[in-house]
Amino acid sequence: MSKIIELKNVNKWFDKFQALKDVNLEVNQQEKIVICGPSGSGKSTLIRCINRLEEHQKGQIIVDGKEISENTKDIEKIRAEVGMVFQQFNLFPHLSILDNCTLAPIWVKKMPKKQAEEVAMKNLERVQIADQAKKFPGQLSGGQQQRCALARALCMEPKIMLFDEPTSALDPEMIKEVLDSMVDLAKAGMTMIVVTHEMGFAKEVADNMIFMDEGRIVEKAKTKDFFDNPKSDRTKLFLSQIL
Amino acid sequence: MKNILIKPSKENLTSFVTFGSFLIFVSFFDVLANTFFNLNFTAFLPSKLSYFAPLIIGTIGLYLIRIEFSGNKLLDKININFNSSNFNAILTLIVIFALIKYIPPILNWFFFDANFIGNTKEDCTGSGACWVFVKVWFNRFVYGMYPDAEQWRINSAFIMLFALVGASFFVPLRLKKYLLIFLLFVYPIIGLKLISGGDFGLKYVETGAWGGLSLTFIVSAFALILCFPIGMFLALGRRSSLPAIRYTSIGFIELWRGVPLITVLFMSAVMFPMFLPDGTYVDKLIRVLIAITLFEAAYMAEVIRGGLQALPKGQYEAAKSLGMGYWRMHFLIILPQALKLVIPGVANTFLALVKDTPLIFVVGLLELAGMVNLAKTNPKWLGMAMEGYVFAGLVFWIICYAMSRYSQNLERKLSTER
Repeated sequence: MSKIIELKNVNKWFDKFQALKDVNLEVNQQEKIVICGPSGSGKSTLIRCINRLEEHQKGQIIVDGKEISENTKDIEKIRAEVGMVFQQFNLFPHLSILDNCTLAPIWVKKMPKKQAEEVAMKNLERVQIADQAKKFPGQLSGGQQQRCALARALCMEPKIMLFDEPTSALDPEMIKEVLDSMVDLAKAGMTMIVVTHEMGFAKEVADNMIFMDEGRIVEKAKTKDFFDNPKSDRTKLFLSQIL
Repeated sequence: MKNILIKPSKENLTSFVTFGSFLIFVSFFDVLANTFFNLNFTAFLPSKLSYFAPLIIGTIGLYLIRIEFSGNKLLDKININFNSSNFNAILTLIVIFALIKYIPPILNWFFFDANFIGNTKEDCTGSGACWVFVKVWFNRFVYGMYPDAEQWRINSAFIMLFALVGASFFVPLRLKKYLLIFLLFVYPIIGLKLISGGDFGLKYVETGAWGGLSLTFIVSAFALILCFPIGMFLALGRRSSLPAIRYTSIGFIELWRGVPLITVLFMSAVMFPMFLPDGTYVDKLIRVLIAITLFEAAYMAEVIRGGLQALPKGQYEAAKSLGMGYWRMHFLIILPQALKLVIPGVANTFLALVKDTPLIFVVGLLELAGMVNLAKTNPKWLGMAMEGYVFAGLVFWIICYAMSRYSQNLERKLSTER
């Protein structure tokens, strides 16, 4: 299997505060990685660096063979291949659900409108909110909005999907419907990096687990090993608290 | 008499309401008699007390009928809406009495004692307004010094504008785009050429002769349409991450915002020509238009920037994560939302702009208020300032109120948070 994302000694500072310290990571195609850790440990910063919503100051990030740095001319092209789902959904409230999904394919990928709508409906079908296509985001429940956000990202036909705590802003009842859609996506063979506290989901889907603390990757292991015999004490402590 | 001292209650409803209504009636009767027949029933009281007598009597009357849950729907409604406390009772009475006292004289001035017939100041014999003044000068108030024989050109330019705007509401969405482009880029040239003339056998009319309400419209419309996109780019520029663009925008905005419009207009008329090479001449009206546009654009920029800042960061990130570049992100995602947020502020700036247009008198251009100003100094029509300014005020109010209603409509139409 070939590498699609590679991070080498990535360092990131917010002013004086160092958010990432010498992070090394390799992600293969179709691999599913779940990142967990306490808040402020740099999980979100890490995946936001992968599509350069945050800039790293030291080290190398290579996505799909292209290095991301301030000199990257076509950062938009890389972003178009890396879908992202946010904690707060971030749907466009002035557009209908369907338009939310077709906007980027039409304007960024130059897809004809008809075709974009077909793709959008297919993806909305996939996350089971095709019947809501004509509504506006404000009229949907949190779970439906997050699934729409997932469909919106999928409409760009990305090679990689990043999830930044996709269920943390949802009511417990709605978490399941979003996770179900994500499990479907994983089974379809998408490369996924997920920041989440949903350990049930992690056990079901993840190939590898990463535990982060204070900007460092403390432990990276196969999912089964990670839960059954974690090596570091910090990981053990964390797992004992959330499981 | 003991009843008056105790609290009004439901038990003695009829007697309280009867007596209270009687007192209120007395107070109203006194005010009406005083206003319309110059009778003063309370003249035997000391003068100050006599003046406030109806207020005092009326307040006592309202106190007496203030019975909660009386069972009478009308009475309850009055008590809840006009008479919930002594303070509110007094306010209610003051407002009603003031209306009784001042509305009739105003109506008299406007209509009943006003003069409508005639052609000279001498025809105004009544004590009210002399609308003959407005009637005689109406043509000038609308067209300024534009030659009478050519006024059809202004009329047709405006009729064309209204027809185009009207059509834009009815044509199918597909054609709307072209109509809008025509309206924004082609029509202004046609309209201006039609009014200024010089070609196609139309007599040239210099801009100094333009004036009145039509000039108000021309100046406002041009400044409105042009200041909006400029303001938008300034707002984006001020938030740009490129220092050169950011500081240029900040400098531009703060420069224009820090100067009174009247000085800007003076400079456009007096100083600007000095910087031009000899022989070149930029029309006075165009200089004024540019000055007003840039001035209002600076205000518009700050209004729009307010909207940009109100948007959550997540909207930018979502747009970026979908691969949109700076311009696509702003024109598809950010600006549509930000502009919707700032409709009240934009309407505010637009209204201020329309009402700023009279200031162009400093360079010798006379729009509606300027023409009124000129007409009232005509020796044959001295003393008509009141009528003239009331007329100008009414016209401005109608224009501004229409714009304000339109902006409210737009807000409702664009709202997606149902």
